[in-house]
Amino acid sequence: MRLDELLAAKEIVVTCGSGGVGKTTTAAALAAMAAIDNGGKVLVLTVDPARRLANAMGLEAFGNVETRVTAAAFAEAGVEPRGELWAAMLDTKQSWDDLVRRHAPDERTRDLILANPLYQNVTGKFVQSHDYIAMERLYELHASGKYDLIVVDTPPTRNAIDFLEAPERMADFFSSRLLRWLLAPYRSRFMSMASKPFYQVADRILGSQFLQDIAEFFMLFQTMYDGFVERARAVERLLHDRRTTFVVVTTLDAAPVHEAQFFVQALRERKLHLGAVVMNKVLPTYLLDRDATKVATKLCDDPAPIADALPADVGERKAVERVLHEVGESFLNFQVVAKRESEQRSELGATAEVVATVPYFDTDIYDLAGLIRLGSSIWR
Amino acid sequence: MSPPILDRRLLFVTGKGGVGKTTVAAALGLLAAREGKRTLVCEVDAKGNLADFYEMAPPGFDPVQVQPNLHVMSMDTEASLKEYLSLQLKLPLLAKIGPLARTFDFLANAAPGVKEILTVGKLGWEVREKHYDLVVVDAPATGHIVGQLRAPQAINELVQVGLVRDQTGWLKDILADPAQTGVVIVASPEEMPVTESLELIDRLHEETDVDVASLVVNRVLPELFGRGEEEVFERLREPEMAGALATAAGGPVESVLEAARLAVTLRRTRAGHLARLRAGVDPTMPILYVPELFARGHGLRVTNQVADALGAELGF
Repeated sequence: MRLDELLAAKEIVVTCGSGGVGKTTTAAALAAMAAIDNGGKVLVLTVDPARRLANAMGLEAFGNVETRVTAAAFAEAGVEPRGELWAAMLDTKQSWDDLVRRHAPDERTRDLILANPLYQNVTGKFVQSHDYIAMERLYELHASGKYDLIVVDTPPTRNAIDFLEAPERMADFFSSRLLRWLLAPYRSRFMSMASKPFYQVADRILGSQFLQDIAEFFMLFQTMYDGFVERARAVERLLHDRRTTFVVVTTLDAAPVHEAQFFVQALRERKLHLGAVVMNKVLPTYLLDRDATKVATKLCDDPAPIADALPADVGERKAVERVLHEVGESFLNFQVVAKRESEQRSELGATAEVVATVPYFDTDIYDLAGLIRLGSSIWR
Repeated sequence: MSPPILDRRLLFVTGKGGVGKTTVAAALGLLAAREGKRTLVCEVDAKGNLADFYEMAPPGFDPVQVQPNLHVMSMDTEASLKEYLSLQLKLPLLAKIGPLARTFDFLANAAPGVKEILTVGKLGWEVREKHYDLVVVDAPATGHIVGQLRAPQAINELVQVGLVRDQTGWLKDILADPAQTGVVIVASPEEMPVTESLELIDRLHEETDVDVASLVVNRVLPELFGRGEEEVFERLREPEMAGALATAAGGPVESVLEAARLAVTLRRTRAGHLARLRAGVDPTMPILYVPELFARGHGLRVTNQVADALGAELGF
């Protein structure tokens, strides 16, 4: 199986991995390749792209609204895509507001929720709310039927599996017995014997106004409970659907590899489909070459006789010796890192059907041509 | 002029994922301890790997001493809550009641800022009680640090009365005092880490009262060639000369030369990002440089090397 075949067979591709491994770039590169090569309408849904990446795709800025990457941008990169490439960014606050508007039973409840200080805090700053809303948006976009393929770049979570569990947790949260227990005193005038001491302490610590804000918020949210839970379950089903696949992105540093392994395991346990592992920024394998190592060691340790043997017109004798030493030492330095990477790679390699290696590009990716260069290196 | 970073009492070390945030936090702690400061290093992220950098068993909520003057702990918000209840509110008995703790855990998940305040509160408490000369925090990555540092303010806005509100007062004072508290932003000289660092500085200014103490640029590649040497290298790469070199060295040289070319280009790209970072910050902002160490992995040896590099930058 190759990446082009994998993406041709799926409708949703979720890229995941720890922060700083090039997840967003990989997602954009895969989407671009799919649009160019497989055709159809392809959307890349991203969470927090570098502004330059937005520019790279020829967009003024990403927004919650989907924007098409222009034919001119592709022409500039020297390709003519078979399909269309679209891009959108996740606006957490906006998406939450949309959700409330959709599920609120009436206008009054809707306005009360939108104005509740706790709601504004939860949606704006509550880290887990990003996870949930990303999955929610994905569901929405998929259900719209506008796209043949959606590539989602997941939010940088502290815990990579957080977003997988977000729909389930959100449903659990609103159906929690603890929550009902907590709200009980605000619903009836009788406080149970069990909860009374809690409220006395909580009152002293947090103040009753805050407790009331919380209670109001959750009571309002309860009115949307059915819609919410139903939706969360639907999102969960979508992630398990055979048209959905996950791509784990990692560099070959110890910490991201560790997280990638953890993630692969988590996918397996949840019976989610692991389509590919993409290893990013991998140093070239020639750094491990034995004969080259011998030469590098010689240059590093004893450059003088080699400098002597070279034609005089290469440069000033002392400078030549220093350059030879530096060249040798640099090779050996990078070899240390390359060796470490190859160990990490062998640990990770056996885990997925498709394993792709992205070479270390010595310049940044700042335009569509760069994305295509990256994409082409792993596509087939 | 901002106060020297190790003279402060509370340092939050943050940075984009993958830039070496934990390495720098561990090394700063080690350096401070070496300088004779009673130091506490605390990791906030439960699945952090701070322990690897000191080659110690994973620490718990109760600090353990790993070297003279160097104490290490791992944040646990539930333990922090229990300690808070028993210490601050003199409620030792209640703190032990299981359901109460569980309920608070639930509340902490529901109400934003509660987990954060328990984390920052505990750290501030250690500073206020003068248990340590310096507390170094291996803080959340750039995306989450603002939320954490804003927690006392957020709680203040949400909670109008009660003991928690009273407690946020002194905490805000400690955080807002540049003589006591500072953020250390770690970046590698690459596209996204530099961009995120610059954005973070702006956000910290706009949304918090916490001072940025210093930038640390990690993985700075050494300049391979000095003046005039780059021309020699270019000459060596010419096919004819490369052939002569292969004969003289007695083996293939393409890979070796190509690796050096990669190193040169990489350094040039990184130098560009470094320049962008420098241009983007206030000229008085201290910037510390840590060289790329080409290490096999993380461990005490590397932590010591990074501490050496930071020490040299700080003039120790």
